[in-house]
Amino acid sequence: MTAAPADAIDRLVGANFDAIRAERPQARDNAQASFVALFHPDDAGDFPVADRHAVAVFVAALHGQPAIAAFYAEALPEAWPSLLAAEAERGATHGPYGTFPAGPLSREDKAGKNYRVDATNRAVLGGRLAAALEHAHFLVLHPRDAAPERLQALLDAGWTTTGIVTLSQLVAFLSFQIRVVAGLRALAAAREATP
Amino acid sequence: MTDAVIAYPGHAEPAAFTQAELDWLPWLEPLPSAELTERHWAGLVDASRAKSPYFMLLARDPDILGARTKTDKDIFYNTRGGLPRAERELAAAAASRFNGCIYCASVHARFATQFSKRGADVQRLLDEGVGADLDARWNAIVAASVALSETPVAFGPAHVQRLRAVGLDDLQIADLIHSAAFFNWANRLMLSLGTPAAQG
Repeated sequence: MTAAPADAIDRLVGANFDAIRAERPQARDNAQASFVALFHPDDAGDFPVADRHAVAVFVAALHGQPAIAAFYAEALPEAWPSLLAAEAERGATHGPYGTFPAGPLSREDKAGKNYRVDATNRAVLGGRLAAALEHAHFLVLHPRDAAPERLQALLDAGWTTTGIVTLSQLVAFLSFQIRVVAGLRALAAAREATP
Repeated sequence: MTDAVIAYPGHAEPAAFTQAELDWLPWLEPLPSAELTERHWAGLVDASRAKSPYFMLLARDPDILGARTKTDKDIFYNTRGGLPRAERELAAAAASRFNGCIYCASVHARFATQFSKRGADVQRLLDEGVGADLDARWNAIVAASVALSETPVAFGPAHVQRLRAVGLDDLQIADLIHSAAFFNWANRLMLSLGTPAAQG
């Protein structure tokens, strides 16, 4: 085991929230334990650590967070970050959108992109990782378009049930982590303006 | 077979937001209880969660499940100072309403009602959506939760100022940020791995 990585949220926020975060020590420790479980797992199973970081770079870029994307890009093969950035640019849009079950909520339905990885990049990434990026785009931007067919697409690309659980947790966790970071950065900026 | 999608022929998912109790049906096979090891029990945190198909599906990766659950509990149940529980639940319900998670919204709207005793206002959030006019403080909390839930995140210093103006201090704002952020985690799991169902 390598040394425990430094607290990811603190590092990404870049401002001192020790006093506040110390009030919620379990949340702080377990947000970090979540990060470690997903990105520095004891056993990566059939979801390699490099692929986990690739999905994270893509998810952070979809959120318009270049510093967080760069944080997760550190561990990647050289050619991947620019390819993932290009894919995130193709997938970039504003969420959440999607379709509700037919009924009174249908008036809130909002159409949006159904992203697919570019054919050339799919060949570079491989079918499993490409399917993971497509699923990640759905989870980040239009999760209410959920359907069993989306899970079937992952199974068809070679994902196991356990692998899908880990992939889902990874994208969902990042959706949390990125919002905590963005929220605390905004709080820091407001403190600077009016302490 | 483990690696197959589970179908529910004839299943009609609830078509409106509600405070009623719902069931949740997994689209992938939960871990069979015979396969639970010590590490899985640790991931479940509370042994009673072994009865839940949702937690038993997530138990397939026990380490992240355990850390997720402990994060959740401290954000919502640690009420030593900070934002009142009712308003943490309001943030969770607002994020769930905005993202479209009917199941999550049902649970946390119920909690918001239970802790605030403002069931009619909570119901208006569900019925009218995140633009419902509740009162200045709740409107600011809902607006902040929505801005945090947008992708890209739209929450900024102006939201912080609005929260301060209705009486929130920095610890309370941090609690709100964590509550809304956590439901961006929970919503995506509940929405994508199964489907809500009316009870009965």
